[in-house]
Amino acid sequence: MNKDSNVYTIIYASVMVVLVALLLAFTSESLRPMQAKNEAVDKMRQILTSVNVESTNANAEELYNQLIVDAFLVNSNGDKVDGNAFDTELVNELRKPVAERSYPVFVANIDGSMKYILSLRGAGLWGPLWGFISLDDDKETIYGASFGHEGETPGLGAEIDKPAFAHEFTGKKIFNAEGQYTSVAVVKPGQVAQGRDYVDGISGGTITSQGVDAMLYSSLEAYEPFLTNE
Amino acid sequence: MSPKNKFVLFNPLAKNNPITVQMLGVCSALAVTSKLEPSIVMSISVIAVLGLSNVVISLLRNTIPGRIRIIVQLVVVAALVTIVNEVLKAFAYDVSKQLSVFIGLIITNCIVMGRLEAFALGNKPWPAFLDGVGNGLGYGIILVIVGFFRELLGSGTLFGFQVIPDKFYEWGYENNGLMILPPMALIVVACIIWVQRSRDKELQEKN
Repeated sequence: MNKDSNVYTIIYASVMVVLVALLLAFTSESLRPMQAKNEAVDKMRQILTSVNVESTNANAEELYNQLIVDAFLVNSNGDKVDGNAFDTELVNELRKPVAERSYPVFVANIDGSMKYILSLRGAGLWGPLWGFISLDDDKETIYGASFGHEGETPGLGAEIDKPAFAHEFTGKKIFNAEGQYTSVAVVKPGQVAQGRDYVDGISGGTITSQGVDAMLYSSLEAYEPFLTNE
Repeated sequence: MSPKNKFVLFNPLAKNNPITVQMLGVCSALAVTSKLEPSIVMSISVIAVLGLSNVVISLLRNTIPGRIRIIVQLVVVAALVTIVNEVLKAFAYDVSKQLSVFIGLIITNCIVMGRLEAFALGNKPWPAFLDGVGNGLGYGIILVIVGFFRELLGSGTLFGFQVIPDKFYEWGYENNGLMILPPMALIVVACIIWVQRSRDKELQEKN
């Protein structure tokens, strides 16, 4: 058969594409359960890190079941709504109109005191940022935080996922003395933020630091009704 | 192994190194080498993709229509890279998170297309496999050398473990933050090229 004929070329291309599609679909389907498990474990580890609990891939599930005593969703008015908090991704919620959104809240029991873990989502320099932040039972003092990113610059913006950065947040308050919501500012190292608690950003990772600042502000603001309720 | 196959496998490690001699794949060498571990995982992934895509294209070489040959190569490479990415996500999730987009970008690594065009289309599967693995190793060696120096001098660690003793820092030694930035990868690669060419007269250009 003539290899340069149009018919041969078209048939060749079609057969190849179908075969490759089948192969990829098969790979994806057969690896899916393992990937989903990895993602769930990774999320549990992030949640545990936000309450300053170190975990490994092996013990994350056990620690999670032990420490996380409650998980629920709250709507934009701060009222509890039905749904599975662990499977709710903030990124999908943010696409909905404000009235229909529900935000996940996890409650951890750390040595007898309750910590509220809230979900964060924002944008960095190269891609999305996310994280979890935990508040003491006064619902304003930060107990711990953990941040993640998709592709921030290694060594610079990517440093936000290191404990050194997350630990800066511990003890900061997201409401000022008058009880107004202020979030926590991320400022250039050496600078100060007036009238609100702040932490130092990453040198050389300015845009990422600003992203964290904006993410904290907008994500925590969504929880404000829930935090000021009761 | 015949002398010819040996040449095909080992020549890309030094004399015909894809990065330092052919100047291919430099872009990804800059991106992933700020730490040693991602450099090694990236090298293994590239070796796998290069070896397998060379074999597949070599097996198909007599059937591929000339006019869509580049597209066929691209589809094969893209499929393999996607599989590598999925496998990493299933079995080495932490590393795959670290490498993120760079695994996907193997598709655009010039070494892969370069070897398919230059070698796999005209050779039998076994030599093609050796050529792919050889070029992957040549790429990997440079990545590991660059990753070693950048992590050591930039962060004072290797594989995440501190290797520069605290005493040094007390004496005033500081990690060189510049080593973590991509431009320093280029300079380290240039130093490797400099050393290699000054030792190997054949590589020196006459002018």
